[in-house]
Amino acid sequence: MSADTLLQLLDATIRVSVPLLLAALAGLYSERSGVFDIGLDGKMLAGAFTAGAVAAVTGSAWLGLLAAVLIAVALALVHGFASITHRGNQIVSGVAINFIAAGSTIILGQAWFAQGGRTPSLPNDARFVGIELPFADALRGVPLIGPVYSEIVSGQTLLAYFAFGMVPFTWWVLFRTRFGLRLRAVGENPAAVDTAGISVTWLRYRAVICTGVLTGVAGTYLALSQNAGFVKDMTAGRGFIALAALIFAKWKPVPTMWACLLFGFLDAFAIRYQGIALPGIGRVPVQFMQALPYLLTVILLAGFIGKAIPPRAGGVPYVKER
Amino acid sequence: MSTPYAKLPRWADYGLIPLLNLLVAFLVAGLVVLIVGENPLEAAGILVEGAFGRGQYIAYTLYYATNFIFTGLAVAVAFHGGLFNIGGEGQAYIAGLGVALVALSFDATFPWWVNFPLAILASAAMGAAWALIPAYLQARRGSHIVITTIMFNFIAASVMVYLLVDVLKPPEAMGPQTRGFLEGAQLPKLGWVLELFGATVRSTPFNISFLLALLMAVAVWALIWRTKLGYEIRTYGFSPKAARYAGIGDVRTIMVTMLISGALAGMMALNPIMGSEHRVQLDFVTGAGFVGIAVALMGRSHPAGIVPAAILFGALYQGGAELAFEMPAISRDMIVIIQGLVILFAGALEHMFRPWVQTALASLAPRTAGLEPAKAEGR
Repeated sequence: MSADTLLQLLDATIRVSVPLLLAALAGLYSERSGVFDIGLDGKMLAGAFTAGAVAAVTGSAWLGLLAAVLIAVALALVHGFASITHRGNQIVSGVAINFIAAGSTIILGQAWFAQGGRTPSLPNDARFVGIELPFADALRGVPLIGPVYSEIVSGQTLLAYFAFGMVPFTWWVLFRTRFGLRLRAVGENPAAVDTAGISVTWLRYRAVICTGVLTGVAGTYLALSQNAGFVKDMTAGRGFIALAALIFAKWKPVPTMWACLLFGFLDAFAIRYQGIALPGIGRVPVQFMQALPYLLTVILLAGFIGKAIPPRAGGVPYVKER
Repeated sequence: MSTPYAKLPRWADYGLIPLLNLLVAFLVAGLVVLIVGENPLEAAGILVEGAFGRGQYIAYTLYYATNFIFTGLAVAVAFHGGLFNIGGEGQAYIAGLGVALVALSFDATFPWWVNFPLAILASAAMGAAWALIPAYLQARRGSHIVITTIMFNFIAASVMVYLLVDVLKPPEAMGPQTRGFLEGAQLPKLGWVLELFGATVRSTPFNISFLLALLMAVAVWALIWRTKLGYEIRTYGFSPKAARYAGIGDVRTIMVTMLISGALAGMMALNPIMGSEHRVQLDFVTGAGFVGIAVALMGRSHPAGIVPAAILFGALYQGGAELAFEMPAISRDMIVIIQGLVILFAGALEHMFRPWVQTALASLAPRTAGLEPAKAEGR
């Protein structure tokens, strides 16, 4: 493998990892607060559709982003309403949101744009496109650092930088702020948080809102950066890969990034080396590569690669003592 | 931990509240139809007409319902054991392999009535096998069954795509599918039953796996409410701690429950493969595994509720196809929304109307709301 193909592969890895990373970090807030969320995929899909639709109508990527975040937060609040306020089953609620998003994006897309569930193709100024960082060209000649900087670090979209910026930010919020401490506490032992006079409900709602915001951005990335518009079912199960990455990373922000990069790399690798025989292994079916993130997660869950212990109060609605 | 909700009379618990939930789900769905710019009442009319208007339509409705009875029962059995089997989709998909194995091996040798029981066993075994690993991991390793079954859905999809594209596809076939089955692996149709009632049914895929589905509904009822095993499953589902204290083994209960659930989901593969298409195609499950969740929630995990709920969803599928024909703006994806709304209102938000119903009942007839005895105790 030449250096050039390696660079391209890594660049592709970053690109496909961004939506995974945003969605996984989104799930991290919710699940750390004790609200399981398997509706990440649905919120991402709804966000992607909204971003594509609004950007197509207004011609503004920023308005698209804003609308996507609003819609994703609205869906997150539905999840919160069902699972926090009404103490419903969180898995059931997540499943419901996935279906509502999957159905309504197609129906509304067809009704409004009549292009078989797509939104109109967007011009570049209604999208978030790659940004050349300063000195990208000047540094290209420097060995090692130069190509990495100009090919991989530079030229990503604003949302990609945002996604990777969210990793240290999330770490800081979770482990260095009062909100983060309480968030983690409410996911482990809500009764203790309640005893300290802090509202479990409000804390969990805030966590769920964070989830909504980030899934909205993830959807926007899909519709306005990776593609030029919304295509039906465009998340293609990425919300579940993100969930797998989150579990793989044991609900920690920085490992989440590495897990997303790993799964992204597998994806990029599978696309690039479809049907090509690898030395020593032979032809690996592309389906095997596609299934690998799920297989790895199952193996992890089986306890063969460390142990994934979810937040202790995850999935359990909190009933205040009366 | 007691539920924070007071007890309601049975008719309210099993009749009124599910009906209210369903009503709200359909009202919201009607809202979506309005947004799309069509008349919801007119749409509903076309849907009902398209599902039950002719013998032909009824046969299709029951054909789809067959799938959903199997998957609904699968989800319900797991629910009784306190487990959420979200993997019905993958279990049914892999079970297609079992059906294919029997059909492709014996369709020239045996008549259908030999192959059918063999295929039932094979599909149930494959479905159960695909549920086995998640069940084992939950029972022994404590890994969350929801997550593992989701992962297994995706793995199943990859496995089947690989097998259909690279292994099972005969060289002359166009799409990724097996060769067509001979007569020995084609199930008899049931259209003539409807014709007895005076309906005209030309060619429909409605076949005898519907009877198998009904049989399974009865079997599940008997299992859950009339056997020791069913009692153990329910006890474990109600309180794992109490079950352990009563000497009911965790590992055994989880494994057995999931194997039964997987087997039921697996049998769903018989209906489209042997009953209708006579070959295994890509994505033949088409979301039936997930519809099973909605069906189980709506039917309150009781076969007597699951069968009508499955028929309702069958009607939505069939009527939805007709609706898409009449109102192009409302494609069949409308059903996915309705499915989601039913899951939301009948599942996650099932208690939303409970306080209201309670207050309403209390003011109308205090005795039925169970308030009177409580007061008596207070004195």
